[in-house]
Parts: sequence; structure tokens; C-alpha cells
Amino acid sequence: MLSVRGVCVARGGVPVLEGVDLDLEAGQALVLRGPNGIGKTTLLRTLAGLQPPVEGQIEMAPDLVAYTGHSDGVKATLTVVENLEFWARVFGQGDIAPALAAFDLEGLVERQAQNLSAGQRRRLGLARLMVTGRPIWMLDEPTVSLDAASVKMFAASVQAHCAAGGAAIMATHIDLGLDGLVLDLSPYRAIGRMSAGGFEEAFE
Amino acid sequence: MIALLRRDLVLAVRAGGGFGLGLAFFLVLSVLVPFGVGPEADVLARIAPGILWIGALLSCLLSLDRIFALDFEDGSLDLLATAPVPLEGVSVVKALAHWLTTGLPLTLLAPGLGVLLNLPPAGFGWLVISLAVGTPALSLIGAFGAALTVGLKRGGLLLSLLVLPLYVPTLIFGAQVATQGAAGLDVGTPLVLLAGISAGTLALMPFAAAAALRINLR
Repeated sequence: MLSVRGVCVARGGVPVLEGVDLDLEAGQALVLRGPNGIGKTTLLRTLAGLQPPVEGQIEMAPDLVAYTGHSDGVKATLTVVENLEFWARVFGQGDIAPALAAFDLEGLVERQAQNLSAGQRRRLGLARLMVTGRPIWMLDEPTVSLDAASVKMFAASVQAHCAAGGAAIMATHIDLGLDGLVLDLSPYRAIGRMSAGGFEEAFE
Repeated sequence: MIALLRRDLVLAVRAGGGFGLGLAFFLVLSVLVPFGVGPEADVLARIAPGILWIGALLSCLLSLDRIFALDFEDGSLDLLATAPVPLEGVSVVKALAHWLTTGLPLTLLAPGLGVLLNLPPAGFGWLVISLAVGTPALSLIGAFGAALTVGLKRGGLLLSLLVLPLYVPTLIFGAQVATQGAAGLDVGTPLVLLAGISAGTLALMPFAAAAALRINLR
């Protein structure tokens, strides 16, 4: 589904990762690991199409990715249902009930998102992935502020998604108990490539 | 895209949405001007169209930075950029939502404030027409400015400086329509030019705004 060859990504014009190769097939869950600042977020944003790679090739059919970043994209003055229904409509999907059930949000549907706890809000942000209907989930630190039960809930939904022919690629530090692949990004750290190339990229 | 429009309208009228801020500013400005320039009826009648246009323009300016900044802060903009809606479409819808919550109410409110400023009777119709034709251009140019400054903290000052020069032609022709209409003169030329500005911004600004967003999201 996704094939990455020799990709170099830059943050703020400075290359952080280079020569990244990875493949993702349907049914796979790939976990990206590496120390803080290695470029996990930058790589995910590049794969999601939010920024172009400095070099290398990313091969993927269009409109496959559901991306979720550090912030949840939840509107504080909308209720849980309104938030989810909005994203379902944007992605042309109908039913939000399975997403509510998978993340145990049914008791909160009429509550405004500003009155949710951080963990509940995160669950709402993750439930959004299920209403996109997109096959590749790209998740950046999805388990932040989730408790142990919610992490299990999340792992179960990723497993169900992969079993249904989807795929997931995520940056996380904790062990989700998924029998997925792990890619350590440390060997790809960009060394000695200073901003000669990066400078151009920043002004392209 | 309709879902996005509906969401933006709901967000605007809910608590903290900023709907009413521009209207209140417009009202305050129009009420204060007669105190400032004195109560001579013929002086007020002469400056009324220009004051109302400047008031409408500044009211629009007040809420511009909300067009994209709020979605950027809570991460929605990243998600919209990866959604099946093109960013050009997002920009049009955002500008439309801004116009529906700012430009349209200002247009409807303007005749009432025209009374306070002793606007000549012949001018009311042309004032409403000129605002209805011209304020969409303000929202579209504003969406472009908001897209350019979206990543900046407290980008409001820069946004105003960027957008104000682009607003000048709209203001000149808009106020011209209202002034000439109030004086009973022919308004054809400025009205056509004003409509041309609105049509031109509708054709160009969404693409410019989308390009600026793509760069700012990197």
C-alpha cells in the first residue's frame, strides 16, 4: 500500500532523517521508534502529504491516509456527536455509531468537547479515524494522556482495522501489545547535511 | 464542503465564536462619529457613506485572524489538509462562512446606522447594494491574508498591514457607489468596478490562500 524509498525529510529546512526505506502492506501495523527529535513527527507529516520530502520517493495511491497529529482537531464548543458527524460528512461516511462504541464515548455524546477530560478528548480524536473510512492510519503519539484501559481499547481498534484490510503506521514510545513491525529510526539520522540543500527547500 | 460551512457557522454563533464582535464595533463607530464631528446635519450627510464603508471594512478586519488561526491551533487544519476536500475549496468555504457571519449582517445593519448619520434617503439602497457587492471581496482577501499569517503567534498586526492595502480599491469604489448614489448621481462605473473586484478576488484568492496554507503547514 505504501512504499518509501530513500526518503530524506527536513524540519525547518534542516534535514533530520535520510535514506528512509519502509514498506507497509494491508493488515500491517508499523511502529516507529526513536529518541525525541529524531524526526518521527516530520516523517509522518511527510508520508501524510503535509510536506514534501527533500529527496526520495513515496509511492502510495491518493486519498488513502487518515492522519492524526499531536492535537486532536476537536472543536471545544461542539458536542462529541457534532465533532464526529462533521468529520464523517467531510469524508463522505455515514455511520458514527461503531466509532462511538469502539472508544466508549456513548455516554458522552451530548457533552461539549470543552467539558471532556484530556483522555476523553484524545479518545474522541482517535474515534475520528474510524469515521474517515481511510485504509492507512497515520498516528503521532496516539496514546498520550490515555489510561491503561483506553490504550487497550485503542490497540483493539487498530487490530480490528488491520484485520479488516487496513494498515497503521504510528510513532509511539509505549508497547501496545500489537504483534506489529517495529522500525527504529536511529540509523537514519541525517548527519552532516547542513542547510545548503535545506535552505532551498525552505523557499521553494 | 457543506458540512464545513455548517460547522463554521455553528462555531461562529456558539459561545466565543466572535459573531457579534464586528457588528458591535460597527454600531459603536457609527454612534460615536456624530459626537466626534458635531451634529451639523449636512456635514454628517456628506460623510455618512464613507464612514459606514470604513466602519464595515474595519469590522471585517477584526475577525479575519479567526478564519484559519483557530483551526490551526487545535490541529483541524492538518486534518482538513489530508481530507478529501481540496484546500482551495476549504478557503472558499471559510471565506463564505466569514462573509455570512460578518459581511452579510453588516450589510443588513448598515441602513439602520445610516439613519444615525443622516444618510440622504436616496443613498440607502445604494449603500446596501454597494456593501452587498463589496463585502465578499473583503472576506476573500481577508482569507488570503489569514492563510499567509496562519502559523504566526499574534499575527494580527501583520495580517492588518498585509490586508489593508489590498482593501483600498474595494473601499474606494464601494464608498464611491454609496456617495454618488446618495447624491443622486449615476453609479454605473464604480459599481461595475466594485463587482469586478469581487469577481476577481473570488477567482484568484482561493488559490492564493490554498498555496499559502500549503506552505504554512509544512
